Amino acid sequence: MAVNRMFRTCPTTGLVFHEPAERLIKANAVTAVVFLLIGGILAIGVVLTRWPAVHWLPADRFYQVLTAHGLDMLIFWVIFFEIAVLYFCSSTLLRSRIATPRIAWAAFGLMLFGALMNNYSVTRGDSSVMMTSYVPMGAHWTFYLGLILFAVGALIACFVFFGTLMVAKSERTYVGSVPLVTFGAITAAIIAVFTIASGAIILIPTFLWSVGLISHIDTLMYRTVWWAFGHSSQQINVAAHISVWYAIAAIVFGAKPMSERVSRTAFLLYILFLQLASAHHLLADPGLTSNWKIFNTSYAMYLAVLASMVHGLTVPGAIEVAQREKGYNHGMFEWLRRAPWGNPVFSGMFISLVGFGFLGGISGVMMGTEQLNLIIHNTLYVPGHFHATVVIGTTLAFMALTYFLIPVLFRREIMFPTMAKWQPYVFGLGMAGVALFLMAAGTLGVPRREWDMTFAGNAFPYEFPGAAFLMMGLAGISGLIAIVGGGMYLLNTVGSVFLGRKIATPGFAHVRAAAGVAPAPRPTAQPSSVSAAITGHGSTGIGAWGMVAPGTFSLALVFLVSFVLYYFINWKYLATVWPLK
Amino acid sequence: MSAILPPPERVWWKQPLDRAELLWIVIALIWCLVMFFMMPYWHLYGKQNLANEAYRMSAEQYSKLTADMVDKYKVREEGGDLKVPVVHPPAGGDAYLIARLWSWYPILELEAGKSYRIHLMSMDYLHGFSLQPENINIEVHPGYDHVITVTPTHPGAYSIVCNEYCGIGHSTMTSKLYVVK
Repeated sequence: MAVNRMFRTCPTTGLVFHEPAERLIKANAVTAVVFLLIGGILAIGVVLTRWPAVHWLPADRFYQVLTAHGLDMLIFWVIFFEIAVLYFCSSTLLRSRIATPRIAWAAFGLMLFGALMNNYSVTRGDSSVMMTSYVPMGAHWTFYLGLILFAVGALIACFVFFGTLMVAKSERTYVGSVPLVTFGAITAAIIAVFTIASGAIILIPTFLWSVGLISHIDTLMYRTVWWAFGHSSQQINVAAHISVWYAIAAIVFGAKPMSERVSRTAFLLYILFLQLASAHHLLADPGLTSNWKIFNTSYAMYLAVLASMVHGLTVPGAIEVAQREKGYNHGMFEWLRRAPWGNPVFSGMFISLVGFGFLGGISGVMMGTEQLNLIIHNTLYVPGHFHATVVIGTTLAFMALTYFLIPVLFRREIMFPTMAKWQPYVFGLGMAGVALFLMAAGTLGVPRREWDMTFAGNAFPYEFPGAAFLMMGLAGISGLIAIVGGGMYLLNTVGSVFLGRKIATPGFAHVRAAAGVAPAPRPTAQPSSVSAAITGHGSTGIGAWGMVAPGTFSLALVFLVSFVLYYFINWKYLATVWPLK
Repeated sequence: MSAILPPPERVWWKQPLDRAELLWIVIALIWCLVMFFMMPYWHLYGKQNLANEAYRMSAEQYSKLTADMVDKYKVREEGGDLKVPVVHPPAGGDAYLIARLWSWYPILELEAGKSYRIHLMSMDYLHGFSLQPENINIEVHPGYDHVITVTPTHPGAYSIVCNEYCGIGHSTMTSKLYVVK
């Protein structure tokens, strides 16, 4: 069988696309966006029901919509997009042909079939079991089988990614080590393999249980193993969107990592420690010892948190260095003021970074502290946290990347540039409101996954304080703003990809490359002498206090102070509740 | 475009670090260790910790223990037609609470300042014990008798809300817990 060795070079960026890889990236990205659209429509139902003044849907419909919203967003949208990112980071960045495109298409087909089957089961109405599907609450067997097939497809896609790395290595399409962004993608793929294995270990028996072949599944075992899948799948997102941050910093600013060693070691810490996070969900469960909880919930000793704090410095730090080299070297923040705030690729990425760190990161550590979890477990604080991590962090980073991919990959102009300019702000602001107000409501005790927080008609109702209702109202308004922001993204993306003006490429041709090696790159701007000198950093005349990125460092200190204060405020709050042991 | 290209220096791992990076790594590591040791510290000196006390138990066995307690220490009934017993167990003793679709049974009446061994177990699905407005939240499993020793501080009428999604009637699963002087 002949191997397709046709490549095209993007005239704007010099990126090299392998023809089959390009089609696969497009198919996975477009499918991802379709699931984002479905999940976004479902979000309207969730927002308008949990907003107490509106309380739109009846209970059964609400739980059904919430189940589908979680699955379509957390699983199908992000993982389809991540597969596209994996192919991009291997085939495109390494200038290599993609390994086994037919198998990659089979993986895509399996994922799509599984995702549709799972969505079908939820539409039946007998599978409103939430994304977590805790036994012994049972769903229709298609619910589990759909997820299993999707996971198998994703696993195959990961191996296509690993195969492509092998091809690139053996056909010598690059020199030296893989780029940092590819390294981050490898991190994501390794975590994905662990995640999918955990998913198989728990979902296959649950599927057999749903068809009557297994009589009993222990709830504690289920939660322990399921969360090794459920939480780790969110760690794939972290590794993937941090890679996207580095990629965007490189694309928009030509930024190079401050230090390859530091950034790569931080990714390595993810591989080593992120998987322990299953424990985050089990801190208020019986049957597990405190030693087990403390070790696991803290990723050994917060070593994965350390990694995130490092990325939080090095990504903006790399941007600062690049900007200062360009001459924006005055004062502490000229580099940031003069950043392209009207470019959605940058603004989306930067809002993602700040929101993920300040809202998602800090709140995540609170929930993941053994004792603090007592005042947070299963309240709305939890959705508040993950709307900051997965939506502001992952989704917004992916949205930002899309604005780059539309002209480069799809060769279309952005249909509504002004709308694109504002979209990250509308979406980021709305979602930051959702995250903050849900966390506030959670602090007041409002439960998650709750249809009616007024408990109307109960024999023993509980009346939440007025502030809780205020927070839920504000969360509702913020949710609508975020939905508008998501709609702006979807309209622009779908419009541009299918109806946008084609970007003409004179003399365009796919070039056949010898032995799989991509065609030689178009000469791009050579690094200036300054940036060559800065390879080792220091002694280049930029920055202050003997640092190349003093602005970023001071912002990091602001982050640290907020982190420390909020951490001890929570302990103080905990100290006021009933003593228990 | 460097993070998306192979590192220009072949031996990139020998590059010296910038001061900002090095300082930040040290600060962040110290903070991570502080956060880590805060948890064992609270076990030693803090008052709010979950015990590691739990037993495997069948639903029948647990129901019987609860029924025995209700028979012995019932003080009144509440909830109109529901006739939910209110139980006043002896201070320092065991108090059993059943979680099931979609109610809590019975209603406990405790004395402020006294300690109780409260048992939590579900008869069916997973449930969530959420004590409001204290905001203490604990997962309730079927098959695991989870014992927590609590000391209520202030008298009053508290509420128990289920905060683990347990099906269509989830919102109706609320109850009371009284603390008297």
